[in-house]
Order: sequence, then C-alpha cells, then structure tokens
Amino acid sequence: MRSGRTGYLLLLPGLLWLLLFFVVPFYSLVATSLYDPAGSDFRGYEMTYRFGNYLDAVTDYWRPLVRSLMYGAAATAVCLVLGYVLAYAIAFKAGRWKNLMLVLVIAPFFTSFLVRTLSWKLILADDGVVVDVLQTLQVLGDDGRLLATPVAVVAGLAYNFLPFMVLPLYASLDKIDHRLIEASSDLYAHPVVGFFKVTWPLSLPGVVAGTLLTFIPSVGDYINAELLGSPNQRMIGGVIQSLFTDANDYPAAAALSVILMVLIVVMVLAYVRRAGTEELL
Amino acid sequence: MASTRAGLSRRTVLRGAGTAAFAGLSVAALKLPFFEVSGAQQDPAACRAGDVSEQERRLVISNWPGYIDPKRKETSTFQVFQQQTGITVDYTDDVNDNAEFYAKVRNQLGSCQPIDRDLVMLTDWMAARMIGLGWTQPFDRAKVPNLHANLIEPLRNRQWDPDLEFHAPWQTGLTGLAYNAAKTGEVRSFSELLTRSDLKGKITLLTEMRDTMGFMLRVVGADPRDFTQDQWDDAIEELRKVVSDGQVRAFTGNDYTQDLAAGNIVACEAWSGDIIQLQFENPDIKFVTPEEGLSLWSDNMIVPNGATHQANAEAWIDYYYDPEVAARLAAWVNYICPVEGAREAMEKIDPSLVDNKLIFPDAESLADTFDLMPLDDRQTIAYERDWSDVIGG
Repeated sequence: MRSGRTGYLLLLPGLLWLLLFFVVPFYSLVATSLYDPAGSDFRGYEMTYRFGNYLDAVTDYWRPLVRSLMYGAAATAVCLVLGYVLAYAIAFKAGRWKNLMLVLVIAPFFTSFLVRTLSWKLILADDGVVVDVLQTLQVLGDDGRLLATPVAVVAGLAYNFLPFMVLPLYASLDKIDHRLIEASSDLYAHPVVGFFKVTWPLSLPGVVAGTLLTFIPSVGDYINAELLGSPNQRMIGGVIQSLFTDANDYPAAAALSVILMVLIVVMVLAYVRRAGTEELL
Repeated sequence: MASTRAGLSRRTVLRGAGTAAFAGLSVAALKLPFFEVSGAQQDPAACRAGDVSEQERRLVISNWPGYIDPKRKETSTFQVFQQQTGITVDYTDDVNDNAEFYAKVRNQLGSCQPIDRDLVMLTDWMAARMIGLGWTQPFDRAKVPNLHANLIEPLRNRQWDPDLEFHAPWQTGLTGLAYNAAKTGEVRSFSELLTRSDLKGKITLLTEMRDTMGFMLRVVGADPRDFTQDQWDDAIEELRKVVSDGQVRAFTGNDYTQDLAAGNIVACEAWSGDIIQLQFENPDIKFVTPEEGLSLWSDNMIVPNGATHQANAEAWIDYYYDPEVAARLAAWVNYICPVEGAREAMEKIDPSLVDNKLIFPDAESLADTFDLMPLDDRQTIAYERDWSDVIGG
C-alpha cells in the first residue's frame, strides 16, 4: 500500500512538468487555432470557435504537408537501410571495436546541427566533387545539380537523423541470443533464410523505435529544407514558422501545428498497431 | 507475467491520463480563459517612464551585429561618445531579424511593460509597425538638432514618420542586383534576372518581402509607394510563375553571399553593404543599379516605451548626426551614411572611400529609389501570407 503511494509521488514531478510544458501550451495552441482570423496583433483576436481555420489550413498548405510526410518517409527508409547494415556490423562483427564504433556514430553530435547541415552545402556544391563525378558518369546532366533539389533535402535529413536509427537498432540486435541463429543453421536454414526468420523478427522492436525516432523529427524539421532546398522543397515546419513570425497569422499557424501533430500521432498509432510491438507504448 | 502486468498498467495509466487531459480540455474550452489575445496597441504618453538620465549616466542599446566601430579602441566613435558625455553605454548586438525581435518584445511592449532598452535599431517597416502600435517615444526636437539639420534628402518625408518625430536612421543601404562577372555576363535588370534562361536555378532573391516585392511591383509597372490590390496580385502572380519554373534557387537572408562566392549562384538580388565586403576578396563580384531602380532602406533608431534614459539616447542620436562622427563610423561599417556632409568629412579620414558609391551614392543613383508603402495590419497579414505562400512553394 505504502509503496504504491510512493510510486505516485515519484510520478508527480514528471506530471507537473508535462502539465506545465505540454498540456498548458497545447491548450493555448488549440485555443489560438480557433480564433477569428479577422483579428490581428493591433486589434487582438476574438475567440469564435472557428473550426474553418483547419479547413483553410489544409486547403492552402496540403502540398508542403504531403511533401513533408514524403521526405520524412524517404529519409527514414534511407536511414533504415544504412542504419541496419551499420548496426548489424557493430553488433555482430565489430568485436572489440564495438564501443569505439558506437562513439563514432554519435560523434557528429559534438558539432552543432546547423554546422553539420551547412557542411552539406559544401559537399553538394555545384562546383564540388560529388556533382563533378556524377556529371562525368552522366548520372547528372551537364548543368545538373544536387543542391536545391529533393535529393539534397532527403540526404540532409537522413544524415542528421541516422544516429537515432542506429542506436535503437543496435540495442535490439545486440540482445539477440547467438544460439538462436546457430540453431537455425543447425536446422539447415540458409544464412539468408536464417536472417529473415530469426534476426529480423527479433530486431523488430529496434526497427520500430528507430523508424519512429527518425520519422517524427524529420517530418517536422525545416532547417534542412531551408538550407539545402529551394522554395519548391519547403517543408511544413518552415511554413508554420513563417506564418507565426513573418505573417503574424497566429490562427492559421496554430491550426497547421495541430494538424501536423494529429497527423503524426495517428500515423504512429496505426504503424505501431500494425507492427504489433505494443510494449513500446 | 510480471512484465505483461507492468505493461498493462502503464498503458492504463497513459490512457487514463489521456482521457483526463481530453476531458479537461473539453471542460476548459467551455469555461476557462482562452488566452485571448487583446490588442497590442498602446498610447506612448501613457507608457512613458520617468527619465533618470541626469542621475544615471547610462544608455542601453540593442543593435544588429557588425554595426559599430571597435568598442574598446580609444579613438573609436563609441569610446569618444562615452568620454565626451560621461555616459556609459551598455551595447548589445542582439537584433538578428526584425520579425524575431518583434516576437521577443511583443508581450512586454504590447502590455505597456518596459523592455529595459533605451534605443533599438530596426528596419523601416518594423520601425513603422512599432510606431504605428504606439510602442515608441517621440524625441524631444530640441535635443536632436543635428538630426533635423543633417539627414540626407532621400530619407526625409517617409510616409510613416514624415517629421522625424519617432525615428532617426542609423545606417542605410540599397537593395539592387549583384552578379559574378567571372561566371556570367552583365545582368542589367530585375526582369532579366527573372527571365534569362542561362540563369535558371542560378539566382537567389531576398526573403525580405518589402525589398523583393518592391522590385516585382516595378517589374509589372506599378509604383511600390502607391499600389492597388490588383497590381499586388499581378506582381505576386508573376513571382509565383518564376518560382515554379525553377528560375529562383532560393530565398535568402545574408547567406546569399556564401553561395555567390562559392559559385552556386551567379547573380542575385543583393544588399549594397554585403557586396562591398565581398568585393574586397573577389573583385569579380559587381553591384548593379537595375533598370527598375533601387530599393532604399534604413535601420532606424527608436526609443521604446518605458525607456528610462531617453535624454541619453537623444544625446547619442545627436552625436552620430555630426558629419565627422558619421564619416568615422561609415569608414568602419561600410554602409550608406545617412548624414549630409559626411562625405566632405571623409576626405580627411579615408580619401579612398570618398568616391565609393556604395557608401556615398551620388544624386544620380539615388534619383530612382523606392520603398514599399506602409501597410495596415490587415494588409500586412494578407500580403505576408501571399508572400510566404510563394516563397514556400
């Protein structure tokens, strides 16, 4: 009985934190999204419960919304392929280099997010090595370029969020009991079959955690699109930011923020349910 | 078994919390305050603070980075001001972006609270907005005689504060075109920049709506100082077309300078001050007065409501409108000097800069300058939305 109460008391700081820094701001955000859009900073805003703000926001900005989801999904897919190979190598093949390799995975975090993203401008520059090589190989046309294209934005996203994929994958793969894999080969399973029947299913919790940790921040990210893309690659985060600070159109910006949040939560719930790893929640 | 139970109970707790939060939200939506935003307009007379300039020889200034001469150097204008007046200046360069600064001070100034600054430098449109909101204090005309005597002609009679009651230009700049002569032929006009096929994907425009749209209005034959809704729609449509054709690579702030230097772009809309800096390293970079004219803008000194050292701020303004002081500052910051007579004073300081048209533009290049007409609050929202929709694809 007493230990039960201690548990709730221990929850208290966390709950207060959540109340103060999530529930209250979220409430304010939802309230703002229902203001009469005829208001302004000069004359103030009236609460008119205008749910039409949501419809307007979707009608005006479905394009960057869809684009953000697509770029997020593409970056997540790239991260999954690259991250799985890397995490597999670290977990099963790295031996005593394991810890060093893990440190190297997070090493880029020692520099700032902005600097890391800006350095991609150098790598992908029009006169840079990458573009030159691709032009020589005829992959890109003579006046082709990578900067200011979706490729650059997705590359930037994938690069910046790769560690969020690698670490949970590694944690899952590292836990796998090697005897299970041995058993599969004892039972004459081809290594490839063994991988898909044993290793992959056992690593699923890592896959789910990794994809969520990559997908969610990359959909909302706008720095990569802003620095590496052109206006035609602008993502929803950039739109919300400019509606808030430049246009001072608070109701539209708030409605768009809520839509993005709800969209992500719904997609994540559907995904987790399908992936069947409910213990993650 | 144990772990299943733990999982279950955790989920139950989460669900419970979710339901409670939702229920709370629904009740709150009916009963609680809505964080309703009341109007931010204030009356400067009511938000005036007592001036303690006499007793407290201090002055708190917020400015953009790189906009003053070295503060520690004995002979810098900044040091000399402190020595002459006995005023200690608390100078911060924390203005990086007009909209961002607005967001930072909005809650205080919008409710008549002080922002603990005596002087802030903001670009025309933001200064105009703050003056319109009644967030700034009028100057005591008798304390800033140099301002009224020495401000250059093109910056007088701005529509939003024609009598210089509330603002004094700090530094001024021109927005025009720049190109890299090593990579492309001369670019003479804004419409050329937007239509020449060899420039496709190799140009940038500025994210400052008032600069870029001023040019777009000129391109469609309208007057940026006085245009109609239809003309605005034409201009924005024209820009939308150019952007979706892929002509424009990006909309940028100051960072276009890196792309121009690196060769990622070959021509762009540009600020005169940046181009002077670039030319020191790369003489191939050229600044052009486009056929559509030049956009002329200033960053202006304003005294926010609640400032407690207004007289000290006015002493600062008057000091910097002395032509010799202005020339010494201009020799350092390389922007256009808004002070009449500074050019003559420059002869003694650095003769090599006297003929630099990007610091002391001649009457001819200033003959065709424009700025965007002041917008009311509804226009601002509508136009900024049009703008951000276009630059956001």
